[in-house]
Parts: sequence; structure tokens; C-alpha cells
Amino acid sequence: METEVITAAGDAYKYLGAGLAAIGMGLAAIGVGNIFGNFLSGALRNPSASDGQFARAFIGAALAEGLGIFCLVVALVLLFVA
Amino acid sequence: MASPVEQFEIKEIVSFGTIGDAPIAFTNSGLYMLVVVGLILGVMSVATRNVALIPNRWQAFGETLYEFVANMLRDAAGKEGMTFFPLVFSLFLFVLVGNLVGMVPGAFTITSHIIVTFALAMVVIGTVVIYGFAKHGTHFLGLFVPSGVPGWLLPFITLIEVISFLSRPISLSLRLFANMLAGHIALKVFAGFIVSLLAAGGAAAVLSPLPLLMTFAMVGFEIFVAALQAYVFAVLTCIYLNDALHPGH
Repeated sequence: METEVITAAGDAYKYLGAGLAAIGMGLAAIGVGNIFGNFLSGALRNPSASDGQFARAFIGAALAEGLGIFCLVVALVLLFVA
Repeated sequence: MASPVEQFEIKEIVSFGTIGDAPIAFTNSGLYMLVVVGLILGVMSVATRNVALIPNRWQAFGETLYEFVANMLRDAAGKEGMTFFPLVFSLFLFVLVGNLVGMVPGAFTITSHIIVTFALAMVVIGTVVIYGFAKHGTHFLGLFVPSGVPGWLLPFITLIEVISFLSRPISLSLRLFANMLAGHIALKVFAGFIVSLLAAGGAAAVLSPLPLLMTFAMVGFEIFVAALQAYVFAVLTCIYLNDALHPGH
């Protein structure tokens, strides 16, 4: 009986932790939005230069997204592995 | 209902017994890797057959792929970077076709296993380290010591540079792996909603086309992500190789 309560509480903490880790993904979304928003505002001011910087925008987005992905991995590990 | 991670299960097809506790087997992962390599070899050999000055459609397709990767490599690592063209081209095609084959319903996604993507990332970082030391010797370590930094700041900057270099294989492999994993899990979860709504019956069943539309849109988005992640993997490979070619800051 005692152990059942403890495992149930442990599961609850697991889900709480996974939910908290998912907040980080929202922050990464802000970062990716910043990159593409600034890229677009720059590209609209100087459309001729936008093609050359397109790849750089995607690299920046991939790097920012990678940090959000780390949060997702933490959440997935909590849900399915730990 | 089946768990959303069930699709990533590795099943043995032909077992060759065990070494110690580790099973040695031909698995569905290995089968799909062979399928991916077979597809690449097949398309590329069709593209390079009957090569003419005015290309046919297959040859134009192959040339487009070649030019795409070659421009990427030239932009990031300069002309001498073309030494690594075979490596980057193979990695790009393997990851791209692996991701796209995974989008076929019911197919296994080889890049959704971190050991596969980590092995690919270690090939890249191993090439950078070995080539860097072979070409520049100890000068390659200048990569970690940027010039023009105040003396008191130098130890910290060097430490940060070392940590950032060591985290490269992890972030390179984790980005690809987690994108594929998350995309396929999200697809499976949304597809599960259709089944649950239909099983609930009545008014809930009327709503079941909504997750179907969402799944449909997400398949399109995941195909875009599959191509984008292959591109990102290849671009970052080019940038890291640039460090091996030109280690000075």
C-alpha cells in the first residue's frame, strides 16, 4: 500500500517534470520566431540581399530550435525511459 | 491503443546468435538502411547513365543535387572544401532519403534512433579532428584560442570554446534524432485521436474529420522538416569541416 502511494506520487512528479521541460520548447519557439521575423524585416528592406542570407537564417533557426529539442528530449526521457 | 513509441521498436529479422549478452541480428533498421542506400544508388546510377551535354530529366535531377551540395560546401568552406564533397554528399543523401523513407506510412525511420545519428555525427567530428591535426598539426588547437581577446579573459573563452566544440557531436545528432522522433510521435498521437473519436461514437464521431485534417497537414509539414533537417545536418557538417580547413579565428 505504502509503495503504491510512493510510485503514484513519483509518476505525478514525472509528468510535472515533463510539463515543466516543455516550457523550454515555448522559449525556443520565441527564439526561432525572432530569427525569422528579423530575417523577414531585413529582407523586405533589402530584397536583393535576402537570397544570400537565406541559408544563414535557417542555420540560426536550427541552432535555436536545437535547444528547444533538448527540452523535448528531457520530457520524453521522463515520460518513456526514466 | 498502441503506444506512440511502438513504431520505433527494433525487431530482429534474421538472428545470428549472441556475443556475450549482445544479440547479433539483421534488424528492420538494417533492412531500411539497405533500402535507403539501394534507392540512392539506383537513382544516382540512372542519373549518370547516358550522360549527355543536354541532360535528360534524370541527369538534370542528379546535377541539381550535385550543384546544391557543392554550392553549400563552397559557400561554407571555400574551394579547398571540395575535398570533402563525397563525405558531405553521402551524408546529405543518406539523411535526406532516410528521413523521407520514414515518412512512408508503416515504414521504419532509421534517423529516429540516436545511435544512428550519433554515429553519423561522430564520422563528421572524427574527420574534423583527424584532418585538422594531420594538416595543421598543433596549430589546429588555435581553434580554441581566439585572437584579440584580453589576457585575463582568455582562459574562460578557451574553456567555452572547448565545451562548445565537445558539444557539437551531441547537438548535431540530437537535433536530427529528436526532430524525427518528435514528428513521428506527434503524427501518431493525432492519428490516435481519430480512432478514439470514432470509437466514442455519437456526436464525438462527427468531429473525427478534424484530427484527420490535422494529420494530413502535419504529414506535409513533416516532409518539409525531413528535407530541412537533412539540409541543416549537411550545412553544419560543412561549417565544422571549415574549422578543420581554416582553424584560425
